Amino acid sequence: MENHVLIRIDGLVKRFPMGQGEFTALRDISLTIGRGEFTGLVGPSGSGKTTLLNIVGSLDVPTEGAVVVDGRSVGRLSTREAAQLRKERLGFIFQSYNLLAVHTVYENVEFPLLLLKIPAEERRRMVMDALEWVGLVPKVKSKPPQLSGGECQRVAIARAMVKKPSLVLADEPTANLDAANSHHILQTMEKLNRELGTTFLFATHDDKVISYLRRKIYLLDGRVDKDEIIVVSKTESL
Amino acid sequence: MRLAIKLAWRNLIGAGLRTWLNVIVLSFSFVIIIWMKGIMTGWDHQAKTDMTNWEIGGGQIWHAEYDPYDPMTLNDAHGPVPEALAQGVESGALMPVLIVQGTIYPEGRMVPVAVRGVDPGQTILQLPAHRLDTVTDAIPALIGTQMAHTTRLKAGDRMILRWRDIHGTFDAREMEIVEIFSCTVPTADAGQIYIPLETLREMTLLNGETTLFTFRNEDTAVTVPEGWTLKTKKELTRQVDELIQTKSAGQSVLFGVLLLLAMLAIFDTQVLSIFRRQKEIGTYIALGYTRGEVVGLFTVEGSMHAVMAAMLATAYGLPFLLWQAKEGWTMPLDTSQFGMAIAQTLYPVYTVGLVISTILIVLMTTAIVSYWPSRRIARMNPTEALRGRLQ
Repeated sequence: MENHVLIRIDGLVKRFPMGQGEFTALRDISLTIGRGEFTGLVGPSGSGKTTLLNIVGSLDVPTEGAVVVDGRSVGRLSTREAAQLRKERLGFIFQSYNLLAVHTVYENVEFPLLLLKIPAEERRRMVMDALEWVGLVPKVKSKPPQLSGGECQRVAIARAMVKKPSLVLADEPTANLDAANSHHILQTMEKLNRELGTTFLFATHDDKVISYLRRKIYLLDGRVDKDEIIVVSKTESL
Repeated sequence: MRLAIKLAWRNLIGAGLRTWLNVIVLSFSFVIIIWMKGIMTGWDHQAKTDMTNWEIGGGQIWHAEYDPYDPMTLNDAHGPVPEALAQGVESGALMPVLIVQGTIYPEGRMVPVAVRGVDPGQTILQLPAHRLDTVTDAIPALIGTQMAHTTRLKAGDRMILRWRDIHGTFDAREMEIVEIFSCTVPTADAGQIYIPLETLREMTLLNGETTLFTFRNEDTAVTVPEGWTLKTKKELTRQVDELIQTKSAGQSVLFGVLLLLAMLAIFDTQVLSIFRRQKEIGTYIALGYTRGEVVGLFTVEGSMHAVMAAMLATAYGLPFLLWQAKEGWTMPLDTSQFGMAIAQTLYPVYTVGLVISTILIVLMTTAIVSYWPSRRIARMNPTEALRGRLQ
């Protein structure tokens, strides 16, 4: 059972200094997220979604409590160990894509593999596979400024997925996209989740994203307000 | 490191014109520093070679009383050729020179001079001493172009030369300028008149005496007799070294300004990069870089300006520097009036040490200037950086 759990959050509190005092962004959050889940942190702005996502992504540390991601306690990791965790196990998708503008689509997707020092031949194959998943093989030599928003986000997905991470963290991935592109992106992610078994954790308040989620963790004022698991029938999932 | 270089290269090429402007400015620094330092080395080389060829040969042995900066010492600065040096004089390894004070009267003007008696058959110096064998009823004399300029003399002119013999008695004879030679060594030209050694000895009743000996070769082994002082070539050219050092110090200020301009451009670029590329910095961290590694990446990126500048400088600077080494740099002013051993055209000399030290200095300075603003990244909050929020 424990092996099935990818993320375990226990009594998480996150406070930020604000002026003379402190602002509490997350209050006593306890959760477990299993491998292969397609889960979303849902809530209005300021509810703590992104803060929680950043802590799970080892970009930030808890003030109190424990967050264990893929067997590693985020709060106890050194800077180097946290970077190692992100490099090897995590993929990120951002609202504004965060692609490297001067690099081509190929180079953007290749970047995480360069960090992992994967040999050139294997790297090439992995990049092309990832671009095929998101349907961007013809754009391999284009640079982000030459792509549409939807295409940029597909590059970001390919970059997050290319190393086949345990967990992909997606922060408002459809916020800058129109409805058609949003659905396309979400279908792509859903497909990758199904086919590769990658766990997806979203932070969103977009109904389009919410409609795809199989588990919705509602946050309100830094607390878990509701944790809703959608039961999908076999025929529906197929 | 390889990855940082690869990424830095991509980022720099991707940045386009901004990169190239910095690289062009920095490449100017490379070329100008190497060229100017080359000119200095060339000047040093030329001044020492000219001094060797025109005045000091492979070193000298001076009479103990001789002081080139005090003409009054010339009265006593002479002695017979010592036994130990006679063989060298005989074989041509040493050239005796007798120097006495005199006065010439060109067109009625009185000009004090140093009269140097040299052997017309000497081959140690480039001085056209053979022209002193000219048959004339006056004393044949050679002067340099600078002396000719200040005294307004030309070849064929005659004037009175007055001197004092060993007993202090004044005597005078007519002297004829048989040739005006051109040399860049002021101490061998300004205020100097060359006449045949034996004629001068007869005139001054200093038969067989000499003021100094000039070596043909630097490595000639001699025992320095008592009452004489050995002056090595290194000692005699020390003044040139000191002059070049002084000039180099002045030049360093110019190099500093040049480098400062280039470094300011790089510093600005780095500051702007960190300011504008916060999201990118956040992304690197999210993808698995530590903040320290991002600092390293930005430092490598800034430093690579110097590498690219070195490549660009090679592309256009190498032909320029080689052309200069061949054709030289002709100074717009008449250098004979400068009062130092400097040729009208200087030929830069580039040494491996000069090129390597210039590259290293520029590289290290660029690395420091690149690292300085990049340290700011280490204090950045990655979550804020990811959103592109200014910190």
